Amino acid sequence: MSQTVPPAAARRVPPPVVLKTRRPWRSSTREALTAYGFVAPFMILFAALLVVPLGYAGYLSLFRSQLVGGNVFAGLANYRQALDDPLFQEGVLRMARFLVIQVPVMLAASLLFALALDSGRLRFPRLIRLGIFVPYAIPSVIAALMWGYLYGPDFGPFAQLARGVGLDTPGFLSPHWILASLANIVTWEFVGYNMIIMFAALQSVSPTLYEAAAVDGAGAFRVAWHIKIPAIRPALMLSVIFSVIGTFQLFNEPKLLSAIAPQAISTSYTPNMYAYTLVFTNQEVNYSSAVSFLLGAVIVVVSYAVQLASQRKARRS
Amino acid sequence: MTSKTTPASASASSSTPRRSNVLTLMMLACLVYFLLPLFWLVVSATKDNGSLFSTFGLWFGGGFHLFGNLHDVFTYNDGIYGRWLLNTALYAVVSSVGAAFLAALGGYAFAKFRFPGRTLLFSIVLGSIMVPSTVLTIPTYLLFSKIGLVNTPLAVIIPMLLSPFGIYLMRVYADGAVPDSLIDAARMDGAGALRTFWQVGFRLMLPGFVTVLLFQLVGSWNNYFLPLIMLNNPKLYPVTIGLAQWQAQAGGLGGAHALFSIVITGSLVSILPLVAAFLLLQRYWKGGLATGAVKD
Repeated sequence: MSQTVPPAAARRVPPPVVLKTRRPWRSSTREALTAYGFVAPFMILFAALLVVPLGYAGYLSLFRSQLVGGNVFAGLANYRQALDDPLFQEGVLRMARFLVIQVPVMLAASLLFALALDSGRLRFPRLIRLGIFVPYAIPSVIAALMWGYLYGPDFGPFAQLARGVGLDTPGFLSPHWILASLANIVTWEFVGYNMIIMFAALQSVSPTLYEAAAVDGAGAFRVAWHIKIPAIRPALMLSVIFSVIGTFQLFNEPKLLSAIAPQAISTSYTPNMYAYTLVFTNQEVNYSSAVSFLLGAVIVVVSYAVQLASQRKARRS
Repeated sequence: MTSKTTPASASASSSTPRRSNVLTLMMLACLVYFLLPLFWLVVSATKDNGSLFSTFGLWFGGGFHLFGNLHDVFTYNDGIYGRWLLNTALYAVVSSVGAAFLAALGGYAFAKFRFPGRTLLFSIVLGSIMVPSTVLTIPTYLLFSKIGLVNTPLAVIIPMLLSPFGIYLMRVYADGAVPDSLIDAARMDGAGALRTFWQVGFRLMLPGFVTVLLFQLVGSWNNYFLPLIMLNNPKLYPVTIGLAQWQAQAGGLGGAHALFSIVITGSLVSILPLVAAFLLLQRYWKGGLATGAVKD
């Protein structure tokens, strides 16, 4: 720190005698103002980068640009159009399919790895933890690029191996398999991240909770199922919600793979790619805003549904 | 240190269970899956274009061309790759330091002050985590283009300064790691609010700060959607956009296959800094993440 600070003694004033509160400096108006000063930089940015763009997008989505007359108010026409738009519907359904298959597989793997690490029975736990986590530090662009080469029919090693033993070249990039190939990339990227969140939560479960169970003769699996997993429910929810949000917003991986598999990945393959195409290829800013808003609504609804379901389950058990 | 009171260190297993060879072998088998693409990347970065096609992808062969490839990466297109790397570093460092600092200030205030509107503001910020970035990025682009920010470094730095999850994490962290008594003592000694924050609060929140910094750094370093939309001047591209463009040129029909080894070696170079940062800063982010995961 460069600024010089006046000696504390010189600035010290006798504490005011206040009888009602223990911490007088907290409740005063001055302290509230100080607090506002602390949060102001963040909140100003929050308003400028979140509230204003959101409002602007909402405003845009209610208009339509026409050849004659320019921008005219269209009410909810854009939303009605989007709800009937087969390209948008297909994208959302595709992501829903992705969600119900990829997310459970990924999170189950993360949880198994986290439990294995937490059990303390592994040799080289640090190496294993880091090795599984390292894909998270790889940009999704590079991940898609690497897997794209690995999937490739030319010099992809799997294609080479298949040819070597006289099999057909596997069609990882064909329309039939492309969703699974994308799911594999996303899983590869995020298993480690979710594992670390769950592992961190497991580490903070008090050992007394399950030491008693172990004394009672409960095996490692029963301890994991009945004690450890329920104890880290908040961390699991965090992973689920983030996965839901991430899935519906999928963009980078399909966008990158579409360069090498244009037949399998259309420009409206995911809702996010569709919104991008609408703005930058079709110049349909207003319609794109409506599509984005509907996508946002889908994400919020699904996230809340997941949370509600989990809470109800927690109450029942 | 008082930071020991964070949940991360709460577990001190008293008994060490027996090591299991079977479990270890199963995990090592899984590890192969996670490291395979990286191994392929390292192997391929040593090959020239010819041997990429003619030798087996998962083993070395056809000579050692890493240094030639590196030379090609940094000289192709007048050496624009180096510029992309610097752009990425600049965007990522400025925005992540800024975001982590704003989150620390705000999170500290939400945790340690009582003020009207505190709960409401925090709920709004927390709820905004669910707003998809697509919904924001395109209108932000439209607004930025009105005020002439598009196609400048600020267009990719400013939006990354905002981290709602970061402020949430910092609040939880300040709650756990900064005791009220220390703040009170500092204030009794006559320290101003800012000085108390800087000398007492911030120090104790440092592991949380590094966590937010690191994750924001990853988010920014790896960002693709935002710069794709905001920038169209190749000199301003971060490395992700640049490599994706080279890749598109290489992979296009009848494309320049000579680019493959450049794209692959360029990819390898671009991931090294973040992998190194994660390895070096492990101690911090592990503790920081624990806090976020525990108190939800």
